[in-house]
Amino acid sequence: MLPRHFLIAVSVLLLSALGIGLYAWRMRGGAAATPVASLDTRPVVPPAAGPTEPVTLFVAYDDVGILQAQSARIPLPSVRQQRAEELLRALIALYLDKASPHPLAPGSDIRSVYLVDPGLAVIDVNAAFADGHRSGVLAEDLTVASLIHTLSANIPGILKVKILVEGKPRNTLAGHADLSDFFDVNTVNQLTAQLQSTQ
Amino acid sequence: MPWISGQRRNSPAGISLSWNSRSRSSLGREATPFVSPAGKCGAGQKNWNRVPLGTKLCSLAILLWLALPLPAAVPEKHLAIYSTAANYSLPIMPREGRDYVGLLELLDPLGTVSAKSDPPRWRIHYNNVLGEFFQGSSRARIQGRDADLPGKFILENGRGLVPVSSLASILPRFLGGPVTVHEDSGRLFIGSVATHFTASVSPDDASRLVFHFTSPVNPSIATEPGKLRMTFLHEPVTAPASPTLTFGSKIIPSSTYSESNGTAQITVNTTIPLFASFSNDGRTVTLTPAKSQPPAPTTPAITNIPAAQPAPPANPAAPQPAATSPPPVVHRYLAVVDASHGGNDRGEALSATLAEKDITLAFARKLRQELESRGISTILLRDSDADLSLDDRASSANASHAAIYIVLHAASSGHGVRLYTAMLPYSSEEDRGPFRAWTTAQSSQISLSQTAVANVAGELRKLEIPVRILTAPLRPLNNIVTAAIAVEVAPPASDAAQLAAPDYQQLVTGGVANGIAALRSQLGTTQ
Repeated sequence: MLPRHFLIAVSVLLLSALGIGLYAWRMRGGAAATPVASLDTRPVVPPAAGPTEPVTLFVAYDDVGILQAQSARIPLPSVRQQRAEELLRALIALYLDKASPHPLAPGSDIRSVYLVDPGLAVIDVNAAFADGHRSGVLAEDLTVASLIHTLSANIPGILKVKILVEGKPRNTLAGHADLSDFFDVNTVNQLTAQLQSTQ
Repeated sequence: MPWISGQRRNSPAGISLSWNSRSRSSLGREATPFVSPAGKCGAGQKNWNRVPLGTKLCSLAILLWLALPLPAAVPEKHLAIYSTAANYSLPIMPREGRDYVGLLELLDPLGTVSAKSDPPRWRIHYNNVLGEFFQGSSRARIQGRDADLPGKFILENGRGLVPVSSLASILPRFLGGPVTVHEDSGRLFIGSVATHFTASVSPDDASRLVFHFTSPVNPSIATEPGKLRMTFLHEPVTAPASPTLTFGSKIIPSSTYSESNGTAQITVNTTIPLFASFSNDGRTVTLTPAKSQPPAPTTPAITNIPAAQPAPPANPAAPQPAATSPPPVVHRYLAVVDASHGGNDRGEALSATLAEKDITLAFARKLRQELESRGISTILLRDSDADLSLDDRASSANASHAAIYIVLHAASSGHGVRLYTAMLPYSSEEDRGPFRAWTTAQSSQISLSQTAVANVAGELRKLEIPVRILTAPLRPLNNIVTAAIAVEVAPPASDAAQLAAPDYQQLVTGGVANGIAALRSQLGTTQ
């Protein structure tokens, strides 16, 4: 005759094993049903089209190492966040052009721009943007200033900016420009002023 | 969390620098941010009684383990090399019970050197001298003649290591001149570079001790009850005829000379607190009682001492500090030069064969020479292909109490020199009392850094080198608590290979050194 407490213990263990098994089965099913949204790079929002608006892009010129304001007309959505994304994509498109004054690596793109009140903008670039970026203090300085100043000059109310790569923080853009902290828009404005002259 | 979990003593301008929570402590544990326990203790007390005895014992065991003192880290041994071309130091590597050093690294600052590894053979060319070494063999051939080594030659990842004890015999064959090796203390003198000294008590004042050196010196000075120590990190100071000098004075009875791990030290035994002052262009050090004012220096530019140093004891009659209290450390005008990148971090690929890390190291070594030739003591943070973290660079620069920090970068684009000061990040954290927020530690010194950049730019323009002044989000500039600038050197024309040209390196570093030298009075007095 088996002792009573032994039977109870075995029963409890069996029930626990059964419960864990059921739970694991349900979890497996749930995981399989989860859509692979993170791998789907197709745009959720259709490309902006329609009437264009005037904007000012701050474009980097590597040959002389300066940043120049350049007027452009691009179609902009009405939602503030999407406007920010389209604005930076227009800037990146310029840099990806064959006659680019500040070439970026092929495939460079802005994944998203998040505008978080009060005054925070998060620019999320893709891996190609950072991994293929040329290394150098000035080269990286120009990119950072171009992105941030273009954004802050066209989207009012931004006080600080964080740059992420593939949604994750990164120490430097390409070995020099520090991305680990928030950029102060005021100090970037001062840098832009310095970069608009060759002196 | 940008706050620092420890307080540094004797920091510049009374600043207490906190350690970066991201950096590792010297014991190898992650530094943890301060968290106030207020408001949590009560709840903890209540819950503690309900914790089972086993858990309590485990917790206590963990706490006891954490409280156990970890074995102190063994300091890395160094070989200090003194020559007319450069003073530098290299790490000593213990292998097979002997001290070894990299031969290529040793000869590199002294001339044109290249090495080729073809195991088991390793060939090195220094200027026009060829040396052949063989893995595991204690016989080598230098200039076609056999040379016996006191230990085996080691070939390690293409790097040739020779015993330190062999340097006295093999280096003269490469260099064509005499060398002196102090093997026990890790000091190597190439040629007649030694700095000798004499010491005597003033005949009319028994409390005044005067040291005369044959070359300018710039020691770190520390005091403790009954002693004043002068430590020579960069100067080839050598022992007098007798290591112990007696002066026949009751106030300053004697001094002792000693050497260890690449440094020389003079310890002055005294019965009263002493104050050190420098004159004669750094060749004379006068020790006087701390209560009296030091004599006016004859060369004010050299003797400017950053305000970072603690004031000398105001009242010698006051009780001596407890033995556990930190000794006050006195430092003089010091520049920290940082060759950016290193190790696996190659920086920009300037050309197919040129890496930024190698060019910055070459520029840094040249800049050190230029600064030292202008009487400015210089520390090189990276003097080999080491991989230093940015936090470590900032911590080392801050701990050195330097007057200025200069980090060197190189670029293939553009031409001339670009000078940067820190672009401070957006920070909601503010300095709290004596603690500085790590990410904005530079904020109080930014105007000084801008002055430094303007001075250096002015000197470079005098040499007709194109210069731009900018800011950059470039760490570790923002973590430095003294004047901090970055110098990015681009080639004079479109060919990046010109960055490796000794003439161009000399021209640029000469201009930068002129700018730093011109700042000496400002940086020495305004910190």
